[in-house]
Amino acid sequence: MSALAVLWFFLIFLLIAGYFVLDGFDLGVGILYPFICKDDRDRQICRRAIGPVWDGNEVWLLTAGGALFAAFPDAYATTFSGFYLAIMLVLFALIVRAVSFEFYEGDAKWRGVWNVCFFLGSLLPAVLFGVAIGNVVAGIPLDAAGNYTGIPLLGLITPFTLLTGLLGLVMCIAAGACWLALKAPLGSGLQQRAAKLRLPSQLIALVLFITLTVVLFAMMGGTEEMVAELEVPRFLLAALFVVALGAAMFLAYNGRKSEEGRNSLWAFLGQSVSAVALVFLLACSMFPVLVMASPESTGAALTLMNAGATDASLGYMTVILCIGLPFVLLYHVLIYRTFRGRVALDAE
Amino acid sequence: MDIFADQVLLSRIQFALTASYHFIFVPITIGIGLIMAIFVTRAYRTKDAEDDALARMWVRIYTATFAIGVATGITMEFSFGTNWANYSRFVGDIFGAPLAAEALFAFFLESIFLGFIIFGRNKIKPALYVASAWLTFAGSALSALWILIANSWMQTPAGAMLSPDGNEAWITDFFAAAFNPSTLPRYAHTVLALLVMGAFVTIAVAAWYMHKGRNSRAANAMLRVGGVVGVISVAFLLVAAHASAVEVWEQQPTKLAMMEGQYETEAPELSAFGFVDEESQEAVTLGIPGGTSFLATGTWDAEYPGLNELATYEQFDGLEVDQLPVNFVYQVYHIMVAMFGLIVICLLLALIFGRARAKHGVKNMKWLQWLLIISPVFPFLAIQTGWLTAEVGRQPYVVYPSNSGPEGVFLHTDVATSPSVQPFEVVITLALFFLVYLLLFVGWWRVVARFVKAGPVHDKPANVADAAAVEAAGISFKNVGTDGAVEAVAVEAVETEGGAK
Repeated sequence: MSALAVLWFFLIFLLIAGYFVLDGFDLGVGILYPFICKDDRDRQICRRAIGPVWDGNEVWLLTAGGALFAAFPDAYATTFSGFYLAIMLVLFALIVRAVSFEFYEGDAKWRGVWNVCFFLGSLLPAVLFGVAIGNVVAGIPLDAAGNYTGIPLLGLITPFTLLTGLLGLVMCIAAGACWLALKAPLGSGLQQRAAKLRLPSQLIALVLFITLTVVLFAMMGGTEEMVAELEVPRFLLAALFVVALGAAMFLAYNGRKSEEGRNSLWAFLGQSVSAVALVFLLACSMFPVLVMASPESTGAALTLMNAGATDASLGYMTVILCIGLPFVLLYHVLIYRTFRGRVALDAE
Repeated sequence: MDIFADQVLLSRIQFALTASYHFIFVPITIGIGLIMAIFVTRAYRTKDAEDDALARMWVRIYTATFAIGVATGITMEFSFGTNWANYSRFVGDIFGAPLAAEALFAFFLESIFLGFIIFGRNKIKPALYVASAWLTFAGSALSALWILIANSWMQTPAGAMLSPDGNEAWITDFFAAAFNPSTLPRYAHTVLALLVMGAFVTIAVAAWYMHKGRNSRAANAMLRVGGVVGVISVAFLLVAAHASAVEVWEQQPTKLAMMEGQYETEAPELSAFGFVDEESQEAVTLGIPGGTSFLATGTWDAEYPGLNELATYEQFDGLEVDQLPVNFVYQVYHIMVAMFGLIVICLLLALIFGRARAKHGVKNMKWLQWLLIISPVFPFLAIQTGWLTAEVGRQPYVVYPSNSGPEGVFLHTDVATSPSVQPFEVVITLALFFLVYLLLFVGWWRVVARFVKAGPVHDKPANVADAAAVEAAGISFKNVGTDGAVEAVAVEAVETEGGAK
């Protein structure tokens, strides 16, 4: 396995982490949207809180997908075709969600339709990405050519993958609550409801994480199958997840008394760090495997050694990344700086 | 074979449907992206309230169309993996790099600066706002480059070699692969066609206002801008289209033979229309003998191999002539050419009668108004049929064995799909695509029609909830005051007037 392949393995998880943190909070806002908003003004604030940034956030997913295609074509082909119906559900969700944003504003009569699209379009990806990750970790039946041989869609749903789906969902909800607590007008009912939601959702995330760790250890009989060199990073990342989430919970609890300070921002950042730690913990646990093969498989798991592009291709991609990434980061700094601070509806 | 059991056919139908649908909104987005940037710049320079309202109307139409283009574009990126897994395995080493570049260079650029255009009017300096409009347009034009690089590589592979096991194409030279023989002509041809589309949408909106006898200043401005963009684009388009045709002549012989319905080796004619009977291999056509030969080579009698001769070449790996959709390719290609003729006629009429001070002009010629209102159909059909020519003409290969392509680097379409996807799964998703895409189209039409109907006015609504909604749609006003109510009444008046007529 070449150094470039190792680099791209972790770069893809970096892109996934970027997606999970950034789109995670706007998916979370979309899931909370029907429950946390009491009137049109609340809905307006929710939309304004993510309006300028959600589109750029979603590009992280397209980039992660493109990078997986580019760096590990076999893993991309196997997962996207093996999870066909699940991926298509995510796709339809993302489609109706994207247009619901723009069409809602221009079409007063159809607002109900676009509200439903916005909610479902946020809920389905949040759950299904977790389910997909659960399958990749637990292993799926593969034939010698690397094709999924299990039952379409239903074969992907097991208690374990449901748990991973639930963890993804709860992390998104917690991130969404943190974001709304940070962006909604200070002291508004919406802001207070969001702030109160943070602690319980983070607590559930922590419980789910511990449960999953225990289940995974029981399934795999320890960490023998994981790469030994990454034992220390794994331990540190697990600790980082717990500490960051704990800190976010402490701030969320404290923040109920003093929202004026930077508590909301730090709570959101703590939540985001825990999400990054979770993704890299996953990376370090799976390395060098991209897609596990379940015991009934006739083919081998997809790894860095058998699923990667050539070093020539990875080299070109590395150059493209080195040129492109600084710009991408600059755009993000620009947009988040321009729209910093709490949402203020001008027409009041 | 039963169509519901043929996974390859179903996957092809699904790809054709989703790609064609995506390619309705991409041309409008990129086309009116330029128009939007022009009007935003104009409003910035004149500081005129009416110009500003016009710019904002185009920003609104642009963002609504952009959203649906982006949304249906996700389908395309996913579908390589979902429906075309074997294809992805074969080309991943080459196809992936442009796709990653597209996301990093173009998608982030357009989507983030779109955020500034929609929400940033009160947050950023006016000059930066203008820059954002141009950067969004540049981002969308740049994304077209990368996806056309990928698609052109499938037409004329280059900078690659076959892997030792014969299952993958490996990249050997990025620049040779990216700028393969068909990239530049096809990129120019495509983007110019998209700009023509934007110009015609602009002209149609102008003609509609003239038909309704309203917004005459804005209508004149749109007719002028649309006309100028249209004429310049069409002039360059002719050059680019010629370069594309020469590329096909040199690189993709079976495609050229299908475009002219040519089974036997001869100097190909340039036909205006006709019909190709695939069973008897006879083409009944009206055209200039040797015309295509003249256009491609400058001589009237350059012989070109017909499909029957090409089938014997080793390069085409057992090509079955009787399976080729020759008549289909012939017809879509000739529809495209005919539409180009109509485009030129419409543009000339719009220019001749479009001068604002002319006594006898578009504003009092009902028939011309109607022609221009429906005229976006012509570039729309030209774009769709042109794309069908390129993609169906490439069959039965998904990666085409072009004349200068590396040895062995090609792939038959019928082995390119996903082995793990069952036919019934594709049937389910096809049905869902029909439903969801129908919903999208209706939703888009309602929104855009409403924006056009409201027109370039300072639509400051009277009540706060609506003001907030409009505000979020990108129309913000710092001074919602007494005149807000007055202008809201103006919008109402315009809408009822539109309804009454």
